[in-house]
Amino acid sequence: MNDKLYKVLLFVTALLMPLVCGGIVYALVTDAYEAFEHFGFFHFITSQEWSYTDGNEQYGALPFITGTLMTTLLAFIFCIPFSLPVALFVGEYFKGTKVAAVLSTVTDLLAGIPSIIYGLWGFYTLRPLIMALNISTQGSGILTASLVLAIMIVPYAASLSAEFIKMVPNDLKEGAYSLGATRSEVIRKIVFPVAGSGIFSSYILAIGRALGETMTVTMLIGNTNNIPDSITSTGNSMASIIANQFGEASDLRFSSLIAIGLVLFLITAIINMIGKMMIKRARIS
Amino acid sequence: MESITPILEFNKTCVSYTKQTMAVKYISATIDRNTITAIMGPSGCGKSTLLRAVNLMHNLYPNIRVDGEILLNGENILSMEPIEVRRRVGMVFQRPAPFPTMSIYDNVLSGYALNGIRLSKNEKDETVEHSLRSVALWNEVKDVLNKKGTFLSGGQQQRLCIARALAMKPDVLLMDEPTSALDPIATTHIEELMQELQKEVTILIVTHNMGQAMRISSKSMFMYLGELVEYGDTATMFSNPSDERTKAYLTGKMG
Amino acid sequence: MATKKIKNRLAKDKAMLWAVCLFSALTAVPLFAILGEVLLRGYDQLSWSFFTEPTPTAYKAMKAIEAGEPIPGGIANGIIGTMIMLGMATIVAVPTGILCGAFLAENPKKRFAQIVSYLTDLLQGTPSVIIGIVTYIWVVVPMKGYSAIAGSVALFVMMLPLIIRSTEETLKILPQSLKEAGLALGGNRARVMMKVQLPAAFGGIFTGVLLAISRVIGETAPLMFTALGCSFIRFAIDKPISAVPLLIWEFFNDPNLQELIWGASLFLLLFVLTLNLIAKYLAKKWNQ
Repeated sequence: MNDKLYKVLLFVTALLMPLVCGGIVYALVTDAYEAFEHFGFFHFITSQEWSYTDGNEQYGALPFITGTLMTTLLAFIFCIPFSLPVALFVGEYFKGTKVAAVLSTVTDLLAGIPSIIYGLWGFYTLRPLIMALNISTQGSGILTASLVLAIMIVPYAASLSAEFIKMVPNDLKEGAYSLGATRSEVIRKIVFPVAGSGIFSSYILAIGRALGETMTVTMLIGNTNNIPDSITSTGNSMASIIANQFGEASDLRFSSLIAIGLVLFLITAIINMIGKMMIKRARIS
Repeated sequence: MESITPILEFNKTCVSYTKQTMAVKYISATIDRNTITAIMGPSGCGKSTLLRAVNLMHNLYPNIRVDGEILLNGENILSMEPIEVRRRVGMVFQRPAPFPTMSIYDNVLSGYALNGIRLSKNEKDETVEHSLRSVALWNEVKDVLNKKGTFLSGGQQQRLCIARALAMKPDVLLMDEPTSALDPIATTHIEELMQELQKEVTILIVTHNMGQAMRISSKSMFMYLGELVEYGDTATMFSNPSDERTKAYLTGKMG
Repeated sequence: MATKKIKNRLAKDKAMLWAVCLFSALTAVPLFAILGEVLLRGYDQLSWSFFTEPTPTAYKAMKAIEAGEPIPGGIANGIIGTMIMLGMATIVAVPTGILCGAFLAENPKKRFAQIVSYLTDLLQGTPSVIIGIVTYIWVVVPMKGYSAIAGSVALFVMMLPLIIRSTEETLKILPQSLKEAGLALGGNRARVMMKVQLPAAFGGIFTGVLLAISRVIGETAPLMFTALGCSFIRFAIDKPISAVPLLIWEFFNDPNLQELIWGASLFLLLFVLTLNLIAKYLAKKWNQ
């Protein structure tokens, strides 16, 4: 094969990416168009009606946007007290040791568990526990979904943060120790500030994962089309309403579900873009 | 009594990285108050290892063992709390490494911040000015105190790191080849500075540079393969070394 | 006074270490809890027939439960469906992913390559449910029906960015001298890539493919709207087909079949985790 042909071949294969991504956007936009035209974009994302009575169909995305934001935010909060210690364990306290390797294998495996199995575990183990503790009567809901979601994103947040914690120069740490700081003081006052932007971007990417997680949330959130009024109430996320209703939807409802998909796609794309850009910047500095 | 107790004394000090190999072997020496003592020797002779032992830096690495005694004002630091020792013994490293997330002002006060000591605004301002003046950096940075220390030149950064150590008012200042990463002009600056500083603090400096040792130190140690070969007045050692190995090193036949 | 303060700080330091260890250990709990639950509830369902027979109808299952017998049948239809779809997706995704990754590694400075690189990140971060509905629009609508083809398109789109990234990263960390030596010997770019760089990067790319497979094999959402599911063993690629995660989802929703959840989950979980461990082991071995 000569060089020219080789270059052309690589270029043509690389064209696949813009084609696929363009195809995704095109498909979502053309099929969401009907819903946006019928309700108006702004009205669609701020309306909380979701009723498919013939003749008076009303579809609004607000309950699901709220559901997604609530589960993601809660999962993010719940994941911090676990992912940060793991990152410190692997990246600072036991850096390079066997125990650290074992812990990172454990978190890697956690990341590998399929989401449907997380959903099963949440449904058959966590949900009864939530009911037994009298936190909510039906067991399902925003809280249950967020707890399992948190476990799912811990590995992502932890392994990326650990990478940045590892990169804090030894010079700086020794400098701080030489001034009489304890290890926890070095971590709080040197390691965290220096690795801060990297750690922050790890969490942004973890949030990006939580936003679109489908099966776990679908199995645990309770699947009701209302705006959740507390963290123990049931609801639906953007991903779970699609998973629940896509198979039976047609016409305007189908288009509305695609429109929700488009909104979800845009939100995750923006969050991921911000996260990746910050990661790149943190790696360079 | 105070005047009789030496400020720093090594008593059969040993440092080992592994069970088999000792990097520093049975060093015994007494350091005089308010002097500069230079530690010289070829690469790998254990001079930095010895210096770092005084600041209990080896405690950070679980594999490293330190045996014997190191007495600070008569107290064995090996049985003291590292964080207490390190506050009384400052250290300046080979490569200047000001804390990149802190301003110049905060860098000088970082010892206090790290130790959780609260100072009033007045105390802070005074400490910063005094420390920066004693490293002759005050005039150069007094208008940019709130900028990050990483924008300074290498020599300025190293002086900032010295100021950072001095701000804690240590009894002893350890310097591990503090000028090896600097240009000749910055080196001269720091050497002049040390001459001034010895009025306030006892300095122990590891250096590769024989000229530097001759210019600044009153006493010198020569180490070879972890042993203290010779220790005495710098002038005497340079003019009339008593050991063959010292002689070989000083005449450039070794190292 | 001073010593009291030091004691205080040392106590805080110790407390932090213990907190880090405690919470790190707690993080490991879910893995063992999930493994344990799936193992305990699923191991007695695994038998030869579980892997060779298709899922029973709800009626048959109901009868068996009424008679107090174990539910007959297994997940063979799902295993075969997963193999067919994953196989088709992998066959297409591996060469295209490698070529795309090679393009990115060869032209790191080009504007177009930077766009492709960005789009790869975008695709990798796209929720799988969206890949599912888009593939529905792309394939199921024009073909007027659910099919194994549609399912494998969805899996292909999910695998592609993973393979591109692992290829690109592996090629980038190869020593530059390798490529230069190849070119110096008179090989052209294509031959150096095929004969020198790609073989040298084989380990990394292979691990990347394994991880990509383990990532998509458990995907449920993109298959729900593309492959749909099918209760008998089928090899046709233009008809609806089942997959192991789809079966788990079916069992979860059908009260008569719930007993089968655990056997199917155990099989899927063990498969995915083993694949992960192998990939991790190979990555470590090839890195040395």
